[in-house]
Amino acid sequence: MTMITTGRRTDVGQWRSVVADALADGARLAGLYATQASPGPDVVAILVGPDSAETIGCRSEIGADGAAHVPSLVPVAPAAFWYERAVHDLSGVVADGHPRLDPLLLPLPAGAPRPLPGGEQASTGWEHPEPAGPVDVTGQVFSLSWGPVRSGVSESIEFLLETPGEDIPHLNIRPHFKHRGIAKQFEGRDVADGVLVAERVEGIATVAHALAYSHAIELLGGVEVPQGARLLRVVHAELERIANHLDVTMKLADAAGLSVATARFGAHKEAVLRRVSRRTGSRFARGLVLPGGVRPGPELPDHTMLAALDRLHASIRSDIAGLESSPSFLDRLRTTGVLSAGRAARFAALGPIGRASGVDDDARRARPTDGYADLPPVEPPHFDAGDALARARVRWHEIDTSVGLIREAVAQLAGASGPWAVRVPQTHGTGIGWAEGPHGEVLYVVHAKANRIRRCFARSPALHNLVLLHDVIRTDIFTDLPFIEASFGLSYAGVAM
Amino acid sequence: MPLPWALRGLRDGVVTTDWPRRDDAYQAEFPAVVQVDHSAGTRPQRVRLLETGLDHLCPSGALLATDDDIRLDRGRCIGCGRCVDAAPDVFSWAHSASTAELTRGRLVVPRLVEDEETLARIRAQLAARVGRLGRSVHIRHVDAGSDGSEEWEVQALLNPVYDVHRLGIFFTASPKHADILLVTGVGTPGMSAPLLRTREAMPEPVVVIAAGTDAISGGLFASGYSTRDGVGSFLEIDVWVPGSPPSPFSLLHGILLALGRIPAQTKGRR
Ligand code: SF4
Repeated sequence: MTMITTGRRTDVGQWRSVVADALADGARLAGLYATQASPGPDVVAILVGPDSAETIGCRSEIGADGAAHVPSLVPVAPAAFWYERAVHDLSGVVADGHPRLDPLLLPLPAGAPRPLPGGEQASTGWEHPEPAGPVDVTGQVFSLSWGPVRSGVSESIEFLLETPGEDIPHLNIRPHFKHRGIAKQFEGRDVADGVLVAERVEGIATVAHALAYSHAIELLGGVEVPQGARLLRVVHAELERIANHLDVTMKLADAAGLSVATARFGAHKEAVLRRVSRRTGSRFARGLVLPGGVRPGPELPDHTMLAALDRLHASIRSDIAGLESSPSFLDRLRTTGVLSAGRAARFAALGPIGRASGVDDDARRARPTDGYADLPPVEPPHFDAGDALARARVRWHEIDTSVGLIREAVAQLAGASGPWAVRVPQTHGTGIGWAEGPHGEVLYVVHAKANRIRRCFARSPALHNLVLLHDVIRTDIFTDLPFIEASFGLSYAGVAM
Repeated sequence: MPLPWALRGLRDGVVTTDWPRRDDAYQAEFPAVVQVDHSAGTRPQRVRLLETGLDHLCPSGALLATDDDIRLDRGRCIGCGRCVDAAPDVFSWAHSASTAELTRGRLVVPRLVEDEETLARIRAQLAARVGRLGRSVHIRHVDAGSDGSEEWEVQALLNPVYDVHRLGIFFTASPKHADILLVTGVGTPGMSAPLLRTREAMPEPVVVIAAGTDAISGGLFASGYSTRDGVGSFLEIDVWVPGSPPSPFSLLHGILLALGRIPAQTKGRR
């Protein structure tokens, strides 16, 4: 059983040491957000342990400069580095002691009005100025830049390489171009509609986001999801994982110039998306998951579906074996983009990136939700070299375990007949929910009042993990970046928010 | 010893679609958009809907009540299916991925009295522009604030199942070599300048496609502080492809519609 505590609060003076104590007890910093309050916003840290999830908040202090302040958590939890920049952008809270509080999501000049998530202010009627050129290049020299419009069909993001004469170049990651103001998009909506926003935070992990959001609402409503729905959720979460891992593999093959492999993994991915659309009407299973269960009257997977999945799996395995015996491919990935085990652990890296560096906190095993509690535990991968090859192998291993989970879930689903959803009663308070998405833990904290969303913090694995690109970009960025980016496999929509 | 790549080829059953030259079952059956049954007269569901109002039915603001009639804006619809579940007498899925249109107004169904003349003029103007393009066309894609799924669907056009190279359609990194600008995403303020720079770097004639409900109107995220009600507020759009996200077949339909290459019989049955 996972111990869940929401709403724990401390004084701003004690906050950092209370968080540090939780970290010392084995929890990790899994997210940080602010929500509007008076006089200054509340800042909330999310701490997740092997069998616990809690929020620890404090009210920020208004300083002599008129701005809200909290102590930076970076000294005790390096992962706070990006979160505090995001909190500053959206809520104007200054994290004292932060090493570099540059804009991340929203390049606003000092003193400009901010979106203030959790505040009464509506999402509309608020202007933000056009960002004028690079936002954080003052005094720096940049010799190279990629983006925001990238060379292939890709999401927009900019990478700038700072080269002030250092041996190891510093990579500046600038996701703000596609900032959509997601936090405010949740607010004011009925909790039943929030899942539609969640599905679009990071569209390639629609199911994982819908699940994490729904789990938070179900916790608030105190409801138990019916058995059939719990299993069907597993089937679609795992199909989504397979599609994502095939996508990563396709992009790695493409980066290596293996055109036949690129085509074949592209075809395998298409086969999975079609399987999903034939069952849900959507290639991304949109509309399937809703708070309280799944959409009623689902098409149940059966032995025909399993037989087709087995054929596809055999074909995928044969092509993975092909990659494993392509020395040129392996050489390009091996020792490329190494994330050290120490850094991954201190940072509490999520998902396949963490696993490939020896940090494995798979929510399906540690804090199971839905049907995972009734299925055999997911076998952990055994690759921890931390390079692009280890990340690829972790994903290939996960394709196998996903097929196994689907097989078990479908067997247990045979003859299931609903109900497929239960009504969620009036929701009020703060809920927390998670799901192990294809790229790692997806985490939601939802503040609701009389069935309306007051504040929703969506934490994609991409927002947590992408900053680790800093650590793995070394020399030879020209040739390595495509492999490193593909091996990270992250969607930038979930970062820019 | 596993088979070398050169010998693997595309064995074991990958079939490239022949659409639009021939029918494709997946294309024809794909529940791409919602239709309103306007022959339903005074069916009870419809009367009830008109009485209670449509606002709480559609989370995306795609349903409008006009003159005792119900209309649906596919440019706002995110395909959540709630209207179909709530009032199946009135709303249903239209099965065909041929959903792109040459005007924003044609995405609102049932259509008002068709202004065939205007449509014919728009089609002729577009044909005159694209007539100058060769048999091969090059597309530059720009993400202006997508949720990421749109890029998957655009990339899918290159997989061997769709294989758009067979139709002389290619993607290019360089705007200088591009004929078509394919834009995804809600149109964030941050992407406006990079998007316009890309558009300006393209040599005329240029065809601009708004790919997906987000690009058309902002979709569920229309009217936020960091969205601009779609990319039409930055750019002249020639082709509108609904969908959240649009499927690869709908994207292909949009591209071929732009090029005037949709064979008459596949123009869509709606
Ligand atoms: S499918 Fe959903 S978004 Fe589209 S019109 Fe119906 S209710 Fe609105």
